[in-house]
Amino acid sequence: MSELTPKMDGNIEVKLEKTAGPWREAWRNFRKSKAAVAGMIIIIFFILLALFGPLIAKEGVNEQFAPDRFHPPSAEYWLGTDDFGRDILSRIIHGSRISLSVGFLSVIASVIVGSFLGIIAGYYGRWTDTIISRIFDIMLAFPSILLAIAIVSVLGPGLENALIAIAIINVPNFGRLIRSKVLSIKEDEYITAAKAIGMKDARILFSHILPNSMAPVIVQGTLAVATAILEAAALGFLGLGAEAPQPEWGKMLADSKAYLQSAPWTMIFPGLSIMLTVLGFNLMGDGLRDALDPKMKS
Amino acid sequence: MSKKRMWSVALILLLVLSTALAACGKGSSSSKEDTLVFGRGGDSKSLDPSRVTEGETFKVTVNLFETLLNFGEQDTSIQPGLAKEWNTDDGLTYTFKLREGVKFHDGTDFNADAVVANFERWANGDADKFPYYNSMFGGFKGDEGHVIESVTADGDYTVIIKLKRTQAPFLKNIAMSMFAIASPTAFEKGDDQFERNPVGTGPFEFVEWKPNDSITIKKFDGYWQKGLPKLNKIVFRSIPDNSARLNALIAGEIDLADGINPSDAEKIEGNADLQLIKRPSMNVGYLGLTVTRPPFDKKEVRQAMNHAIDKETIINSFFEGQANIAKNPMPPSISGYNDDIEPYEYNPQKAKELLAKAGYPDGFEMELWAMPVPRPYMPDGAKVAEVIQSNLADIGIKAKIVSYEWGTYLDKASKGEADAFMLGWTGDNGDADNFLYVLLDEDNIGSNNYTYFKNAKMHDLFIQAQTEVDENKRVELYKKAQEIIHEEAPWVPLAHSTPLLAATKDLKGFLPHPTGSDVLSNVEFK
Amino acid sequence: MLSYIGRRLIQLVPVLLGMVFIVFMMIRAIPGSPAQIILGQQATPEAIAAMNAKLGLDQPWFTQFFKYLAGILQGDLGESMRTRLPVADEIWPHLAATIELAFFAIIIAIIIGINAGIISAWFQNSWFDYIAMVLALVGVSMPIFWLGLLGQWVFAIEFSWLPTTGREQVRDPVHAITNLYIIDTLLQGRFDQLWQVMRHLILPGIALATIPMAIIARMTRSSMLEVMRSDYIRTARAKGQKMFWVVYKHAFKNAVIPILTVIGLQMGMLLGGAILTETIFAWPGIGRYIYDAINFRDYPVIQSSILVIAFIFVMINLIVDLLYGLIDSRIKYD
Repeated sequence: MSELTPKMDGNIEVKLEKTAGPWREAWRNFRKSKAAVAGMIIIIFFILLALFGPLIAKEGVNEQFAPDRFHPPSAEYWLGTDDFGRDILSRIIHGSRISLSVGFLSVIASVIVGSFLGIIAGYYGRWTDTIISRIFDIMLAFPSILLAIAIVSVLGPGLENALIAIAIINVPNFGRLIRSKVLSIKEDEYITAAKAIGMKDARILFSHILPNSMAPVIVQGTLAVATAILEAAALGFLGLGAEAPQPEWGKMLADSKAYLQSAPWTMIFPGLSIMLTVLGFNLMGDGLRDALDPKMKS
Repeated sequence: MSKKRMWSVALILLLVLSTALAACGKGSSSSKEDTLVFGRGGDSKSLDPSRVTEGETFKVTVNLFETLLNFGEQDTSIQPGLAKEWNTDDGLTYTFKLREGVKFHDGTDFNADAVVANFERWANGDADKFPYYNSMFGGFKGDEGHVIESVTADGDYTVIIKLKRTQAPFLKNIAMSMFAIASPTAFEKGDDQFERNPVGTGPFEFVEWKPNDSITIKKFDGYWQKGLPKLNKIVFRSIPDNSARLNALIAGEIDLADGINPSDAEKIEGNADLQLIKRPSMNVGYLGLTVTRPPFDKKEVRQAMNHAIDKETIINSFFEGQANIAKNPMPPSISGYNDDIEPYEYNPQKAKELLAKAGYPDGFEMELWAMPVPRPYMPDGAKVAEVIQSNLADIGIKAKIVSYEWGTYLDKASKGEADAFMLGWTGDNGDADNFLYVLLDEDNIGSNNYTYFKNAKMHDLFIQAQTEVDENKRVELYKKAQEIIHEEAPWVPLAHSTPLLAATKDLKGFLPHPTGSDVLSNVEFK
Repeated sequence: MLSYIGRRLIQLVPVLLGMVFIVFMMIRAIPGSPAQIILGQQATPEAIAAMNAKLGLDQPWFTQFFKYLAGILQGDLGESMRTRLPVADEIWPHLAATIELAFFAIIIAIIIGINAGIISAWFQNSWFDYIAMVLALVGVSMPIFWLGLLGQWVFAIEFSWLPTTGREQVRDPVHAITNLYIIDTLLQGRFDQLWQVMRHLILPGIALATIPMAIIARMTRSSMLEVMRSDYIRTARAKGQKMFWVVYKHAFKNAVIPILTVIGLQMGMLLGGAILTETIFAWPGIGRYIYDAINFRDYPVIQSSILVIAFIFVMINLIVDLLYGLIDSRIKYD
């Protein structure tokens, strides 16, 4: 694969060859897996729901209409109404925005911070590496949901703080991943070559190391979105995340606890939404892993 | 061959699973006859009744301790208690003849000295320690407002209480469960120690307290009333969630459940194994507005809040109609209730105008405190808060719902930290003084007056009413006070509810008391 | 082996110190003044000064950190602000309740997960394999709190088969000796109580077991598949050995290492999941202890409980690593 010519202008060619080919092949592999495609469809469905759903279901998110409390699922209210007479379907649709944005934003934040720390640790090595790696070790020494709860208990409850907490707990995962990638790439011929011809550190990082770490980050990122959504819902369920009247799925579940018997639909649908989205990201993450990086297969 | 094997493996797995589940289906058997498990919404804050003003404590302590006088079985009439006789000539000197041969659970004798020691203990405390004593008797030793002049023993079984001025509800106050007589040997070991190891003369003695879980008490063998109590053991179990508590009752894990969701009443009446019990109503649930915190220092804002909140929807949704809309801070059953008050009607438009007049045309942001536990006067604080939040959003007020653990909630609210807080009150002696003065007078700021509301004219009316012995004149004074309260609007009174309980069918002898504290010595299973 | 253990223990020291440091810094990271938050806005300056002294906020952080560390090394976990009792005294009953629940859950997860994985690999692409793996996929994505609610709804409310909350029959409480009720009831020969304790364990136990069960099943299957393709197994089969023994003895033995690693990891994760399960089922474990403490702003309890859980988590991971080494060497000499 790495038929690297020491010519500068050969560089672009090599890069194209290194990326375009594998990506297309990965897509072909990905398509072959039914589970992965199913996952992707679920995700696209929820993304569309989050983007366009609120335009259709404008009404009834937080609007209370007492006469229609506890309406079971019907033609008028597809998924029924809750204890305030709010339409559960529109709350779930609006809730998809919350869950997906928390999932994506927190993972993007952890990828950025994690990559930064991982690159520094891997590229510069020595004591920088030791310190950063130790910090990662320590953070990973806590069960993740517990660390999130601790952070929220310090910052105070709320959706933003839940997002921050989830972003923080995921940092070491990406940090470690990038660090190991950097370490393995660092010694590659073409990096040594680039260094030899006097390329700047920053340029090497951005034009070589980062693109080469993309695949595992995408895989890990997709799976991390799944856990982030799950953790946000857990915090909402514990009353440490989203606050009333936000239609967050975990919070909706917590509110349904009192009506398990009289109105089980208030519990079933929010939970199902969480499960499906998480399942979607898990399936797609697995599929991506098999497609992009067969070596990572466990 | 391998196909066949797979089937057998699957079959075995299925068998194992189904037997396991079938085994689980068997009903639970237990020694039920003499142990009552009482499920309730929250844990007690303390087991020393004099230290708190909160109902979950009294619910337990009323079975551990006794008072000099008792209330009637289901009303607030005065009956003999640890004192078998009492009299007064001038309303200033009261003589109590004590019951003889009564012992505390720790073996200490109950006598006049013990009673004096208890009063001495309270009179030498402060509002932080004995908030209810402060409320009912106007302060402590040395304070100008302190009603009690002296408490002395005359021989072993006579106690004389002298007052500085007459106090109309004095005997009712003495009968309140917080002025229970405790064993001096026990409380002399220290207050913190005592509130976790209470010792009284009651039908039951303390066994164990698992915080936030359960309190266990057992039959006191040396109880002075022969043949009582009928039960051997009572476990007070906290199950915060109303429906979880009902499920526990249906499943037979508890025998008596406090705080039944009004919406479940029908289901209980339709269940042959259960009985629905209605507690005589004597309460008020309200939204308090802390008048020291802007913008609630403005009367118009407070009135706007009164117009903004849709009490009818609240009652229909979360009390299921098992409540009446409140317009005054006390229920209509109490003498002195002012029925001429014109309630603030639900009118968001008017509320907006009032807000604009106060200088908040675009509303404001505030914290709305919601009770973390269900109370008799408020079956589901968080839900009601969400309705209020939505009502307030309609007039441009952005409310953030905040909640704390119950003890913390009360502490913080009493320190005036909430903008607006949900709370309520169950009368402890059936007197208007126990609602109006206790909850809204300046003397009770820091204890039960959570709104920090102050009004000199109203204060004078209250003090006058306390010393006034003529019942008709008292009623007039309280009616006037309610007019002031209505106009100044430190509260949004929400509801007077009929608290519901449920029990297994074989539970007999349970008489719910309007104060919410039930003596369980006559309860048995039949 | 011994020197390996020693090395691992030494490596652990900075991690443990770091954990203590993070937990120690928690209270200092609270925006604003923690004493003010705890005591309220109208607290007197004296009360705030007293609270600051109690929380150690009146001293430079490094002094206070070493004091804190020294306290912890002597088993002093601070004092609960709610009950004014030492956390070290309060924590064990809660921790025991969680340990019992977690053990019960991991045993269910291991028994069902491993067997499902083995059978799936054995009959690859059969209907059992498909159903098991779809269930495992769903299981991995399951919000544990939703599963708990579903379980309560179906088994406790609709059918009234199982108790909904708590860990013992309230009217007949277990006399606590070790606070591990299964052991306590056995010690006292109270088999009726043991039965009740088990019944209370079932719903929360299964809810907590689901995710690790799914992960273990998937790992077992893929690990078994790899082994079963090897020549060694083919030979064994060709020799006409019974398939059951080939699968359960020979193949499984060689597939066990990754499975063990996953089990170890999941045991740690269970401690996190316990918090959610305990809130639903009112299980009086350490998760609920933390949850109550958060509502009370009882920081010493939050700090110490988190520290204790993290410590156990680290220890489990260490033990798994050591076992890994042990089994690995045995296989080499086998």
